[in-house]
Amino acid sequence: MADKRVDEPTGTDFVGHEWDGIEELDTPLPRWWLIIFYACIIWAAAYTVAYPAWPLINSATQGVLGYSSRAELAEDMAAVEAERAPLRAAIAEISIEDLPADEQLMQTAVQGGRSAFIVHCVQCHGSGAAGSAGYPNLNDDDWLWGGDMAAIEYTLIHGIRNPNHDETRISQMPAFGADGILNDRQIADVVSYVRTFNGAEEASAASARGAELYTANCAVCHGENGGGDQTQGAPNLRDTIWLYGGDRAAITNTVTNSRFGVMPRWGHRLDPVTIRMLAAYVWSLGGGETAPTVPDDEGEDVAEAQSNEPG
Amino acid sequence: MNLADLAAPEGSPKPDLYEKRKGVYPKAVNGNFRRLKWTIMLLTLGVYYITPWIRWDRGPYAPNQAVLVDLAGRRFYMFGIEIWPHEFYYVAGLLIMAGIGLFLVTSSVGRAWCGYACPQTVWTDLFQHVERWVDGDRNAQIRLEKAPWTSKKVVKRVTKWGIWLLIAVATGGAWIFYFADAPTLFLSLFTGDAPFVAYATIGVLTFTTFTLGGFMREQVCIYMCPWPRIQTAMMDEKSLTVTYKDWRGEPRSHGVKRSRENPGVFGDCIDCDQCVAVCPTGIDIREGPQIGCITCALCIDACDKVMGQIGRPRGLIDYATLESSELEAGGASVPSLKRTIFRPRTLIYFTLWAGIGLAMLFAVGTRDRLTINAIQERNPTFVQLTGGQVRNSFDVKIRNMENRPRTMTLELEGLEGGVMWAGSGNRDQALRAFDITVPADQLLNTRVFVAAPHDGEAREDFTFIVTATGGEEEETAFESARFSRPGAEQ
Repeated sequence: MADKRVDEPTGTDFVGHEWDGIEELDTPLPRWWLIIFYACIIWAAAYTVAYPAWPLINSATQGVLGYSSRAELAEDMAAVEAERAPLRAAIAEISIEDLPADEQLMQTAVQGGRSAFIVHCVQCHGSGAAGSAGYPNLNDDDWLWGGDMAAIEYTLIHGIRNPNHDETRISQMPAFGADGILNDRQIADVVSYVRTFNGAEEASAASARGAELYTANCAVCHGENGGGDQTQGAPNLRDTIWLYGGDRAAITNTVTNSRFGVMPRWGHRLDPVTIRMLAAYVWSLGGGETAPTVPDDEGEDVAEAQSNEPG
Repeated sequence: MNLADLAAPEGSPKPDLYEKRKGVYPKAVNGNFRRLKWTIMLLTLGVYYITPWIRWDRGPYAPNQAVLVDLAGRRFYMFGIEIWPHEFYYVAGLLIMAGIGLFLVTSSVGRAWCGYACPQTVWTDLFQHVERWVDGDRNAQIRLEKAPWTSKKVVKRVTKWGIWLLIAVATGGAWIFYFADAPTLFLSLFTGDAPFVAYATIGVLTFTTFTLGGFMREQVCIYMCPWPRIQTAMMDEKSLTVTYKDWRGEPRSHGVKRSRENPGVFGDCIDCDQCVAVCPTGIDIREGPQIGCITCALCIDACDKVMGQIGRPRGLIDYATLESSELEAGGASVPSLKRTIFRPRTLIYFTLWAGIGLAMLFAVGTRDRLTINAIQERNPTFVQLTGGQVRNSFDVKIRNMENRPRTMTLELEGLEGGVMWAGSGNRDQALRAFDITVPADQLLNTRVFVAAPHDGEAREDFTFIVTATGGEEEETAFESARFSRPGAEQ
């Protein structure tokens, strides 16, 4: 620096840098700042020794403290598991029908079920459990195989129409057209009759002819008045909810060729608590039914049926 | 290489790159401003240490600590006011008030915050009193600093640092009581049951108090703190600041004797250096306003005493504005203190500050203690039911912000033929309204199913009304919602 100038008021040298008339003074840094600076350097060097840091050819230094983020994650997960364990045990223990009444357990189960649903169920039933053609909407109150907690849990464990599984829910509607039981004209009549149940069609000569055919061929499963039968998965035909569509073409197709909807069984793939949580979640979507109360005489069958279901 | 070498490279023509802190040994002083500082120190330390121990009855459902920041429960209690997280804008309002308050104070009395109320100033002052009590006043301190490490010096140092450490621990200790029930936490601190974060916080604050108050002192104000720079920008020629009246003091006489022997030649300053000796930041105020001056006014006290002794009027160093200094130097009369402080700028700041304060008080006094929020489930928006109705579901959140459980009635307004039931309830008992109990000071989050006849507008507006009955006053909140039917798809 050739011409050294000094700032009058402070007696400090100018550095020589100037920005719009503002000049930089050569004020010495405080020494403690320097000490902190060196301390940071030492800290940084020590850190690379203590923790994984330096890349090598096929790996990296592990650090003398033996820290790894994977181990930390495993630890955290174990801690979470341990925290959840009592609740999971309680969910496993409680009778499935009593679960909804236990607010805290139910809430836990619903939240856990929501997470499991997103992993295992959304592929068919959709992210909001609203289903699509051929895949039931789980939000409504129309249940093919029963919508109380125990029934839903049973369906989850054993699935529907699973091959090579004895306890699976199974039924088969005949393919009335394809198997030559009814001809096209008769099928058209039956369809007309079925569509009068929920008022989609007015009663007509065709529906009158169809009524007879219905009583002979369909009523045994779907009921005399079309109310369906949950014990054999026979859909209720009186509502406006149609799994495969409720227009003439769709119903004609169903009667002609039948349907064979399949749901995987989860009993051997998910742990019992997760399955209970899934049942609780599905039940909580708004259509869940209360377990059939057991009035005197009819009660035995129901109670028996439930006691047979593995939990 | 040791640091001393680095600080002064031998034979280098350039100025040092690094500078060791110059010791500051402020001398004890008495006077009006010293008394003011004592008062403010007692007040601020008193408020800081005592506040967490004040009790305030809020009934059985809320803590009885007057000031409590309950981070885990997400509530902030301050005497009769309870703040929920969504009301955090009150805190933002307080911060704005603090900002404008700083404008107000700085534009009228300069760096008064720095000189009297800043924690760094208050604790440094406290530590310096301890220092004087153990080591003696300025000269004794300087002697002791230079003295070799004899056993006497070791005892004095250990005593001083020990007292500092006690103060520092108490400082960190008091802080955590704002975040939990003070008596409970106090006991658990000694039994070892207090949470780790409590000990860690005490540790960190002990360390910062001990180092910043004991060793860093004016270095914090000069190098670390942004406040002085900001405040400097907020001052103008009408702001009061500690000023050495050079037109009265210069030329200096270097002793009373020379001044008396040559009347009319010298100014009032006898160069006794008392103003420098008492300065807690170690500056010479006679060099003019500077960043190191925190305007604690102790030099005014020191100089006034000397002026009294030599029979000159007080106020050679005094609070003055740049404008009044110029007037006084030119022999003109100086505007009164009242006119200096009450001027348009400060009055506008005060009006703003008070206006925000009043608006917040009004808002706090009239705010709702019950709110409802309903969000429609969008996946799926509607569900066809077997009975022919259409069902929508809503996530309803009801906030009961009173410190008692309240029974509320949730009802539907509009949506003809619509009924509803709670997610945990029974759809066979769906009605137009149902009762729900919301615990004290809690948010209730519930799924509500609403079913309505299939035929109607694809999108129909209706309202959820929640009414808190039971209790002295009935409170009602509304939430508009929309019911979707088939055909409402995108």
